[in-house]
Amino acid sequence: MQYEELIHRCFRCGYCKFTSDYSAFNCPTYRKFRFETYSPGGRMWLIRAWLNNEIENSPRFQDIIFSCATCANCVEHCVFTFREDLVNIFMAAREELVNKGIIPPPVRDYLKNINISGNPYKEPAGERGKWAEGTAVKPYEGQEYLFYVGDVGSYDERGRKIAKSVANLLIKGGVSFGILADREICDGNEVKTLGEAGLFQFLAGQNISLFNELGVKKIITLDPHALNAFRKFYPALGGKFSVFHYSQVLLPLIQSQALALHEYRARVTYHDPCYLGRHNGEYEAPRKILRAIPGLEFVEMDEHGENAFCCGGGGGNFFTDILGGGDEAPNRIRIRQPLETGAGIVAVACPQCAKMLEDGLKAEELEDRLEVLDLAEILTRALA
Amino acid sequence: MKDIARLLAEIVGQEYVSAEPEERYFYARDPGLMPPHTPDYVVIPETTDEVQKIVRLANREKIPVVPMGAGLSLTGLAIPLKGGMVVDMKRMSRIIRVNEMARYALVEGGTSQGALKAYLERHHPRLRHSIPDAPPTATLAANASIHGQGRLTQQYGFNSDLVSGLEVVTGAGEICRIGSCALSPDWFSKGAPFPDLSGLFLGWFGATGIITKLAVKLYPRKKLRDVEIFVTDRGDLVPEIVYEITHTEMAEDILAFTQPKPMMFKDNHHVSFYLTGDTDEELEFKRKIIWHALDPYIKSKDGGFMGIPSMMKPVLLESPQRSASGLADVKKGGGFEYSGPIVMLERYPACMKKLQELGARYDLAYSGMVRVIDGGHSVMFAFAFAFNRADPDMMERTRKALKEVSDFVLKIGGLYWKPTVVEQRLAIQHMDPNTWKLMEMIKHNLDPNGIMNPGNWEVG
Repeated sequence: MQYEELIHRCFRCGYCKFTSDYSAFNCPTYRKFRFETYSPGGRMWLIRAWLNNEIENSPRFQDIIFSCATCANCVEHCVFTFREDLVNIFMAAREELVNKGIIPPPVRDYLKNINISGNPYKEPAGERGKWAEGTAVKPYEGQEYLFYVGDVGSYDERGRKIAKSVANLLIKGGVSFGILADREICDGNEVKTLGEAGLFQFLAGQNISLFNELGVKKIITLDPHALNAFRKFYPALGGKFSVFHYSQVLLPLIQSQALALHEYRARVTYHDPCYLGRHNGEYEAPRKILRAIPGLEFVEMDEHGENAFCCGGGGGNFFTDILGGGDEAPNRIRIRQPLETGAGIVAVACPQCAKMLEDGLKAEELEDRLEVLDLAEILTRALA
Repeated sequence: MKDIARLLAEIVGQEYVSAEPEERYFYARDPGLMPPHTPDYVVIPETTDEVQKIVRLANREKIPVVPMGAGLSLTGLAIPLKGGMVVDMKRMSRIIRVNEMARYALVEGGTSQGALKAYLERHHPRLRHSIPDAPPTATLAANASIHGQGRLTQQYGFNSDLVSGLEVVTGAGEICRIGSCALSPDWFSKGAPFPDLSGLFLGWFGATGIITKLAVKLYPRKKLRDVEIFVTDRGDLVPEIVYEITHTEMAEDILAFTQPKPMMFKDNHHVSFYLTGDTDEELEFKRKIIWHALDPYIKSKDGGFMGIPSMMKPVLLESPQRSASGLADVKKGGGFEYSGPIVMLERYPACMKKLQELGARYDLAYSGMVRVIDGGHSVMFAFAFAFNRADPDMMERTRKALKEVSDFVLKIGGLYWKPTVVEQRLAIQHMDPNTWKLMEMIKHNLDPNGIMNPGNWEVG
């Protein structure tokens, strides 16, 4: 297994489970399941045991390995020099399990759907661009940016609304961009994190070829997960593009008054998506956008920035739901956290987080106290 | 055989019981060098009532019960030597209250050191507790039950001395309150002026009962904190240097350490002492008093103050010190283990000599660290060795070195801290027979069926 030379180095000291001030356990699986086996240290020791034939590949073992949300809280807080590779190690273990063909059914189904349909929803490619109907969004024909929407923005009802809001803001701000619509295929970030390296290489290869063929140089992503794939994994396969999260493109439009904001009175907090924050280091652009809105009062949750608590959707869990369910499901824990701030709106910058947190909101019956809105949806209100 | 897992699930809920191979594998071992012993079940209760039901079930079925905090002792104290159930306490993590004026915190038995530190910093910034340098997952209850030490140990004693009340579920399954809380709503004293019954549970490693709540004493948190390091190449002078510092009563924590690497540390002995104050004047006053006390050693050219690099100071001032866990990666192997006997300060030179001898004989990376306890009435001397978990030979050499430490401790009149089962038996063999008889009587009365952490504090 890749990284095998590192796994015995975990002392299981447990720093990886915490926030930086130790006020709370911040590993979503440990927080939910509470057995040490579901902590990063537990995974390290069990992976080693499995490789040494001390335990077998059981449904429980798969559950432990595939429930990891790859949120990188452990990477942030581990005290050892190999910390940067913790999530990579868990992904490598998944790859081993995938290669052996014994994986949880929801993971198998997700990968199968991507393989057959090019998306996890088993929807036809022709449906991909439907979200753009009624907008002035154009197909990509050599504009400055490709707006890559991704599976959730293309097919999920909530994701589509967010995609539309972002696109309308880009148009209003005068950004030159186009979309691939039915030519778009899955970016492969979740395929990679779920351990299907071969399928990921295929998807990445297809995307890189298409992007190069169309002359794409700059990409705006709706979804931080796609941003992560394009930035972290594509360059090694020859895909070298300038990749931006949409918040990074909208911020200068606001600062230059290309998007002129009106007063919007609301108390708002912000949920850092793991793949935008911890994985790609972008904490400030979304906050600067919110702070730029006149009348908006921005407040932080205790668990924010590098200490943000994951919504539980990362690492493929958005689709497989291995980590979901129950009072201690990460999305339910996370949606309870803004209550202390007095915020009425939880801003997000990821369609997966938006969906996860809205589900949490319903499960917690907090709809009358909180609203989950994407940054673009809040900006749309401030432009009205 | 009854379906014990189902009965446990009826107590704590299905999701918090496991008899699966994964949990049984993980909870069979700790990060140290002790051999694994596999539990039959792992159970994670949330309330005292649930703990009581678990212990009563275990009594009915004669199943061993092993309470576990973070499982960080390294000496196998939470390894289920005779199987049974490991009771992982970390869901019982509520901070129930802090009495600012009486300076105590009442917490549940699975509350972590880190959680209390964060809570106090936020809600009671003028108070602190004696936080150990163990990782912050370490629980307050487990730390007290092993007579752990922390940042305030030099001033106030073992962390078990700083307990001001307990709620326990005895091995017989009774819920019992120890200290002022037994007859008062307040948790300000663990014994005095009545008989101090906390000794029935502290130092027993869960062999007499499970701590479900405890109160710990809190102390003033000063606004300023600093550290100085006095270095000498004469190990024989370390006891008197520490003695002089303790005589001033100006220091918070006092540590001494020696290690062969990096080269700048080789053959030197470093006495670090921490200073606190609410003003610069207070801090400087304390600093000057200690400087003055150590001046003779500078004049005799036996030592001097080390200039602490700016990068190093935050590391030294951090609580807990994350760098302490770093010892586990010295050999890039995820392991270190130490024996930390409690000895008299004057034994420092003998301990240091023994440590160096063992490091050389077994070709091990070592570090010696002393924490001064209670003004110098004793010290904990850590014989620490880093090992590579993927190198069985190095692990075996480390075991052998630690075995020699066990024999050495008895020779110099020391006491084992966090003793392994083997060390416990050595202690039993060597102690006053009537003392052991008393311990046996206590154990038998509190745990009549011998189900609590069996193997510990037994003849064998």
